Amino acid sequence: MKARVIVTLKNGVLDPQGKAIEGALGGLGFNDIDSVRQGKVFDVELASTDKDAARAELEQMCEKLLANTVIENYAIEIA
Amino acid sequence: MKTAVIVFPGSNRDRDMFHALELITGTRPQSVWHTDSTLPDVDLVVVPGGFSYGDYLRAGAIAARSPILKDLVAKADSGVSVLGVCNGFQILTEAGLLPGSLMRNANLHFICKEVMMETVNNATRFSSKFEKGQVWRCPVAHHDGNYFADPETLKQVEDNGQVIFRYADGTNPNGSINDIAGVMNANGNVLGMMPHPENLVEALNGGLEGRILFESLLDQAA
Repeated sequence: MKARVIVTLKNGVLDPQGKAIEGALGGLGFNDIDSVRQGKVFDVELASTDKDAARAELEQMCEKLLANTVIENYAIEIA
Repeated sequence: MKTAVIVFPGSNRDRDMFHALELITGTRPQSVWHTDSTLPDVDLVVVPGGFSYGDYLRAGAIAARSPILKDLVAKADSGVSVLGVCNGFQILTEAGLLPGSLMRNANLHFICKEVMMETVNNATRFSSKFEKGQVWRCPVAHHDGNYFADPETLKQVEDNGQVIFRYADGTNPNGSINDIAGVMNANGNVLGMMPHPENLVEALNGGLEGRILFESLLDQAA
């Protein structure tokens, strides 16, 4: 089973890298940008065929390692 | 005072720390490899600077899940002194031993220079030999030293006096919230700081200010 985990910075957490990307896009002439936030994507292949079990396991992975929940949110998509 | 230093793949300030600890305590620290399961019986455990696991995922994230961390958390819970410097600070926040998190420097640059530090709380085991309000210089060398905590956590940390060091005189190099350079846990036995006190322990290297931190710990352990 294939799953995708998306980790993003929480609202209110300053994202200096997103700001730099926003500035660079502005420099390329993309002038209608309100803001850019940078995040991470993890594609995880699981042996399990049980979607609920997989989701529960992925949540544990996010809580324990993939996301730092002090500053980041995560979302899980299962194909 | 007996000490130990935990070494991870990618640690690079561990030898500086060994040298400083041996110089100040008179005893060679014990080196503990990250895959070991238990720490020796010591008064101080140091998590040194460097780039453990190449800063993959997040600075300190992988190291914070190393086998030795289980015993480090147990030792910290039992009141043993724990000091994390630079990458060590990042590892301790990732391990949940310290509040908040360290993010990419606000100006996105790797910063290697001297900053001024103010000791804002000298009623701790890490800072008792500083004067309150003492301003001293200390080197920093990091890419992810921008301390962040959510407003509720920040209020707790400030109200409890957990902030020991702040960047002084407008020298905050990295955007850290409230100019926080060093913060301890609520119990006061775990300290994380971005600057490198272990690099200012000999006159030959330009200063002795970093010694005061280690001498404070030595004083407590005596």
